[in-house]
Amino acid sequence: MLKVSHIVKEYAKHRALDDVSLEVETGTIFGLLGPNGAGKTSLIRIINQITGPDEGEVFFHGEKLNQNHINKIGYLPEERGLYKKMEIGEQMLYLAQLKGLSRTEAAKRIKFWFEKMGMQDWWKKKVEDLSKGMQQKVQFVATVLHEPELIILDEPFSGFDPVNAEIIKDEILELNKKGSTIIFSTHRMESVELLCNHIALLNKSHKILDGSVKSIKNAYRNNTFYLETTKSFDIANLKTFELLNSEKSDEGEKIKIKLKDGFSTNDVLSELIPLTGINYLEEVIPTINDIFIEKVKQLN
Amino acid sequence: MNKVFLIIQREYLSRVKKKSFLIMTFLVPSLFLAMIFLVGYLSKKGDDSKKEFKVLDQSGIFQNQLINSSTLNFTYLDGDYAKAKKDIRKDENAYLLYIPSDYSKTGNTEIISEKKPGFAVVDDIETQMETILRNKKLIAAGIDTAVLNSSKAKVSINAKQLTDEGEKDASIGATFIVGFVSAFLIYLSLFIYGAQVMRGVIEEKTNRIIEVIVSSVKPFQLMLGKILGIGAVGLTQFLLWIILSTSLSTLAAGYFSKDDDGKAKIEQVSKGTQGQEMTKVASSNNKIQDLLKAADTINFPYIISTFFFYFLGGYLLYSALFAAVGSAVDNETETQQFMLPITLPLIFTFILGMNVIVNNPDSTLSFWLSIIPFTSPIAMMIRIPFGVPGWQIALSMALLIIGFIFTTWVASRIYRVGILMYGKKVTYKELAKWFSYKE
Repeated sequence: MLKVSHIVKEYAKHRALDDVSLEVETGTIFGLLGPNGAGKTSLIRIINQITGPDEGEVFFHGEKLNQNHINKIGYLPEERGLYKKMEIGEQMLYLAQLKGLSRTEAAKRIKFWFEKMGMQDWWKKKVEDLSKGMQQKVQFVATVLHEPELIILDEPFSGFDPVNAEIIKDEILELNKKGSTIIFSTHRMESVELLCNHIALLNKSHKILDGSVKSIKNAYRNNTFYLETTKSFDIANLKTFELLNSEKSDEGEKIKIKLKDGFSTNDVLSELIPLTGINYLEEVIPTINDIFIEKVKQLN
Repeated sequence: MNKVFLIIQREYLSRVKKKSFLIMTFLVPSLFLAMIFLVGYLSKKGDDSKKEFKVLDQSGIFQNQLINSSTLNFTYLDGDYAKAKKDIRKDENAYLLYIPSDYSKTGNTEIISEKKPGFAVVDDIETQMETILRNKKLIAAGIDTAVLNSSKAKVSINAKQLTDEGEKDASIGATFIVGFVSAFLIYLSLFIYGAQVMRGVIEEKTNRIIEVIVSSVKPFQLMLGKILGIGAVGLTQFLLWIILSTSLSTLAAGYFSKDDDGKAKIEQVSKGTQGQEMTKVASSNNKIQDLLKAADTINFPYIISTFFFYFLGGYLLYSALFAAVGSAVDNETETQQFMLPITLPLIFTFILGMNVIVNNPDSTLSFWLSIIPFTSPIAMMIRIPFGVPGWQIALSMALLIIGFIFTTWVASRIYRVGILMYGKKVTYKELAKWFSYKE
């Protein structure tokens, strides 16, 4: 549904985005990941038409991005903000109307969401009277009130306690099930990698990796395993694997191993069974974080 | 455009609903009314106390010639100056009018007293003396009684003209006041509402709501909506002030004319039934009535409509600049470096206006100040009560419209970049760079 094509964005002294292209399929949860200053927010601002690219184009459902698309996108910026002295209800009405909802429709939906999130008696409250977590909830509701086709969430879980983060996460998944496409942007990669089915990694204005989470992880599997055994054994003359590191545990020995070329986990097990009891053998699946670090190392 | 309207609505309602708006709306006309009452009260109070004048006339010209009035009572002394001077200090309510023997040569007169005599009192006495002296000189010049009588008849015709003249005099005062007040109001309101725009922009920036808003509307729409919304607040405020002030001052005027015979006196004089002397006495005693009367000669609908035009035009021109400044900074304390170029033309015009334009509303400088868009809202308002040719007003208005379109354009280019910039120490060079950004 969203296609970003060869985007270049330059600020006074540096290039924030350098030839970045990516594609977001309808119905996916897309993770836009990368460290601080990688260009995530610059890209999101371009998608939201807050700024324009210096080069390149963005297409929304195959159509060049234009004013009509604004109402189809919901955006939760990293820096949250609301009018401090305005009543919550009025404020929500205002923001929803700016996104093209009629006043009556907006009021109906706000009531629905307020009930859903347990915020019924917040209508007359002012933002400055709410806790930070409550403000975040208000802002989240304001972002999705107009039922956007594309929801862009910049650092969505920062500022939420674990309970509320869970509630928000469930809401996001529900919205996704109902057909909204979600873009997560975050530098805390571990927080979203389980949610996303597709990710793009940005680093220093460049896209360095792009693909489904599954395929990326598969590509970065390197035949390493965790192995816990009931007792110590001599590793010196083993044929099937080599030891990466080891630590003693109460039950025995926990080690990280790497298969030697041409051998499978079955070979490892048959070699070990005569020597020791085995608690478990588990493949080490790299986290996105690991992959990112690996990838950056490679590039350097 | 629908979105701009939404923004205007929010900006307008959020301000009009505030308590401070209500307070300002009622406080200002109340102060205005209180001022009228105070002036009225003080001038009435002055009328009440009768001034006792002891006249020591060594020249003999004015002996028994000065006419008592409701506020002045003359008694005549003999004896020498030193004694009279000493005596007068005993009575703090008495005044000594000393006319030396060489008066006809030097023209010097003295009023000696504990208290300082009021301006109106001195004015009365001067007028009386002038008249007496002139009559004496006419006689001394050998004009006989018949001629003098016929000249007196002429004088009473003159008196009528003088009355008219007096009105004209007062009218210049009223013209000045109207010009001054309207220019001052524009000067003040440009600062007040301009600063409100600036503060609104800074608020949205520091609240960080700006990014949410500009993901829904274009920065220009937001800026425009804010400016128009706050402008509408200003217009509402002025309208309420005008309505309240007119109704209150009508009440006040009614109060003063009811129990004061001043107006009746002027009418009498203008009919020519009284002596010339009385004309001045009456008119100077009733300056407030004169002013109120003169106010009738000013075309208020015209002034008010031009006032609204120049307020709006000036406001649109300057508030756009204020918005640009607000967008460039992170908090209000940082605004100062950019404020000077905005406030300087305003202050400059106001000061020049109070000195140059008022004294010489048709001079070249006045003309240019009232034509250039940055200074015209204030300068033109001072000139308008004096009468300005139609083509000058048309030119000035047209340029003002072009001016605010220009500043809005410049400001919006800075604004769109500035609102998303944080934690940067912004310089003029930086602003110029923002201005030239492509999109």
